[in-house]
Amino acid sequence: MAELIFYFFAALTAGGALGVVLNRNTVAAALCLLLSLMGLAGLFVLLDAYLLAALLLLVYAGAVAALFLFVVMLLDMQGGAKRTPGWLNLGASAIGFAVLLAGVAATLARAHLPEPVVTAAPSFGFSLKYYAAQLFTTYLLPVQIIGFLLLIAMLGVIVISKKPREEQTPPASP
Amino acid sequence: MCDLICHIPPAVQDLLLSILKGFAVILVIFPIAGASSMAERKVSAWIQGRYGPNRAIVPWFAYVPFVGRFLQRLGVFNLMADGGKLLFKEDPLPGHVKKFYFMLAPLVGLVPAFTTVTVVPFGAYLDRAGQVVPLMLANVDVGILAIFAVASLGIYSMILAGWASNSKYPFLGSVRASAQLVSYELSLTLSVLPVFLWVNAPGTDATLSLARVVEFQSQPGLMGGMWFIFLMPVSALIFLVALFAETNRLPFDMIESEADLVGGFHTEYGSFKWSLFFVAEYSHMVVGSAVFVLLFFGGWNPLPWLPLATLTGWLHLQDWPVVVGALSVVIFLVKVLAMIFFFMWVRWTVPRFRYDQVMKIGWQKLLPLAIGNLLFYLLVIGAIHAF
Repeated sequence: MAELIFYFFAALTAGGALGVVLNRNTVAAALCLLLSLMGLAGLFVLLDAYLLAALLLLVYAGAVAALFLFVVMLLDMQGGAKRTPGWLNLGASAIGFAVLLAGVAATLARAHLPEPVVTAAPSFGFSLKYYAAQLFTTYLLPVQIIGFLLLIAMLGVIVISKKPREEQTPPASP
Repeated sequence: MCDLICHIPPAVQDLLLSILKGFAVILVIFPIAGASSMAERKVSAWIQGRYGPNRAIVPWFAYVPFVGRFLQRLGVFNLMADGGKLLFKEDPLPGHVKKFYFMLAPLVGLVPAFTTVTVVPFGAYLDRAGQVVPLMLANVDVGILAIFAVASLGIYSMILAGWASNSKYPFLGSVRASAQLVSYELSLTLSVLPVFLWVNAPGTDATLSLARVVEFQSQPGLMGGMWFIFLMPVSALIFLVALFAETNRLPFDMIESEADLVGGFHTEYGSFKWSLFFVAEYSHMVVGSAVFVLLFFGGWNPLPWLPLATLTGWLHLQDWPVVVGALSVVIFLVKVLAMIFFFMWVRWTVPRFRYDQVMKIGWQKLLPLAIGNLLFYLLVIGAIHAF
């Protein structure tokens, strides 16, 4: 039963991700992203990581993807004309793809995950306390750095979106 | 009984049980949503000094003395008439819409609205040992977070509806929807944090479960039996205002605002697809009211400083867990219905805000207030535990 559900969510995640890349309609692509995120949340639930699943839905599916859609709708982007990529583009993409493929293949072929010691694992499941303790001790530096990055991004948005007084002109008619 | 059930493998039993629970949600929420829409019309009539719907009646029912006429004047049959009309009238599909997304939008609205119901505890009973056991369909430890997470997906229904309708007013409505819902979600989340800070005292196992919050409000003593509305009135106020905005109820119904946007996101919709939007809106309201009651109004405890266990003791119901369970569900439902009445009362009393006012209230008033409120309780709780 659990296996069946796993395959369902895995297919949803992978299919959604493919849909994001392959869809020419931007709104449909954003909706595919939503599907993919929901599949991922389902996978987290299967792993008993309820907090991660809830946060993923709350932050990414509930707010970030909604803002994507908001921007896409506001700009009314319609895919655009099909362009033939230049040689440089094509070559760089091919090399990037090859390197990625090699990496995945190497991981699949050579990596050996250590057998998890079930008894040694701390009582995961859902333990808010455990998450919090980890965030405030082991992972304190990454959390601070990410917080700082977000703050910089936020300030940047404020600076960019705030026009100087004298340059303010009435918005051009559509 | 066992002949029927025991031969089914446990996995299938679980599956069947889940399907039954799903049907239970639909069977309970659909009528409540319908009845709420009826109540809305009755309450609006009452507030505006009109009669409201009081004509429809099933033919032979008029002969039932007293009861028939009473139900007719109450407008109960209008509910059936409305439902029948919405089911059987022509389902318009305008030529200019994006058909797939147009049809998808109402369904997308229903799914999160119904899913959140499953994690709301709606009652409790006392087991043999006198322990209070909450009644809920899916006991998820993340509790409030799961509700927020799934409820936040409801926004896609409005975005999709506005975009797929492919015309100006629905589009404006859905653009307003996405901005408003994302803005008020912040205040909503921040306003409940003090409650959970208070509940999760150091040394206890941290939890976000709503049942635990109610349990906390049903302890003996002056502080223990205190509902959070008395302890954290500002939190409750912020939560309530944000809840009005999140459920698109007046004075925050920017998304519909029939005065300036015709009908907002559902302008192009008709018949049952249109009514599905309202089922979703009302079930969001029901879940929102339920969460508010659980967090700030003591859940299934009948009165402040009077927990369910004490009442059970007074009534000598210790050996009747089913009766206690039913009693707690009734108490809880009465509170939730009172909240829904409050929603309607506000809707027909307070005029709609302008859109810029909505944004100003959300970002410049409510959010700083929520942050200040959180800081205040952080300091208070820290001080209490330090000394």
